[in-house]
Amino acid sequence: MRLLFGSCFTFLIAAAVGLGATWLTLTRGVAFGALTIGAWTAWPKSGSVDIDPYARAIIARSGELPTGTGDGVAFHAHTDDAGDNFDGRCTFTISGLTPAARYWTVTLYDPEGRLVANTIDRHGFTSEEIVRDVDGRFEITAAPLARPGNWLPTGGIEKFILVWRLYDTPLGVATRTTKAGPMPAIARKGCS
Amino acid sequence: MIRAILWILAAILLGGIVHLSTVLAMPQAAKQDAYSRLTPLTPVNAMVPLTAPTAEAAIMPFMDPAFAGAVCRYDLTGGSLKLTAPVSQAYTSVTFYTRKSVAYYAINDRAAGRRTIELDLMTPEQHAQVPEEEDVTAADRLIIESPTTMGLIVLRALAPEPGLMIMARRALAGATCGIQPAQ
Repeated sequence: MRLLFGSCFTFLIAAAVGLGATWLTLTRGVAFGALTIGAWTAWPKSGSVDIDPYARAIIARSGELPTGTGDGVAFHAHTDDAGDNFDGRCTFTISGLTPAARYWTVTLYDPEGRLVANTIDRHGFTSEEIVRDVDGRFEITAAPLARPGNWLPTGGIEKFILVWRLYDTPLGVATRTTKAGPMPAIARKGCS
Repeated sequence: MIRAILWILAAILLGGIVHLSTVLAMPQAAKQDAYSRLTPLTPVNAMVPLTAPTAEAAIMPFMDPAFAGAVCRYDLTGGSLKLTAPVSQAYTSVTFYTRKSVAYYAINDRAAGRRTIELDLMTPEQHAQVPEEEDVTAADRLIIESPTTMGLIVLRALAPEPGLMIMARRALAGATCGIQPAQ
């Protein structure tokens, strides 16, 4: 009787622990070999055959196609540099310089990877169309209401994420965080 | 007391096994992976333009809206595949994915170094059957080995500005992929 009770208890706990851990790792986006610069994180290995089982499971579940290593590297940001979540009702500035790449694009998504509806049909910028100052620096303002300069509309959604994709870049699997060079700084400028 | 601790330890150990096996089984169990999403939209072994993602609808999550895309859903059972893709003005890349969305090869226009990217895709078995001299003489012939019989080839052409999207799409419209007749 005690054995039966014990094994039932064990199986219940095992199922809860195992499935819970799987759910947590897949929804939180745990993968190995992360390259983190400031608020930005990339997983260069996810674009190659060296992809780890966690990243494979995440990709299979979401249905996305990862950026191939010979194509580019995709950096994701969920928070600003201070660690505040991207709230679409707030204003954030993204400014500075980027690592070497032939082209880059920055795109605003909701946490599920969908584009966010807005009146001017803008979902991001490319390195060619962005307005820069004389030093080659740029500032993007992610805000719910129209701003001068490089305005990236957030649509006022509760949570958004930014993906910075560098195309044809020397950055990759062998890159160490310290040598990767600067990624744009992100700062919150208040909420409406 | 000790007995209870042992039960809990056993539970955690078993939980670890459950966790690892579910993570490993996920790619096999996933019904909404990229290949499954594209299956109803694309014929096999043909290049089809991908509908650009919008806020209302997108074929896959996390598509880059600055790019025009085209996909060739391939099946190498009938022979090797030939891919030709003209290079657009800005940036063009070709990425090869297995049936389970693993990117096993990617090349961009500069690495390809020509106005047209030309590639032969074959299984390791088909590659082994290619006559050796042919392999050597056709030095400019780029051969890619696919680890799986089925998979996806995705072409991406950058539109540096929204107004140039039409040109990027037009460049991809010239891309072809098809099974080569066996020699």
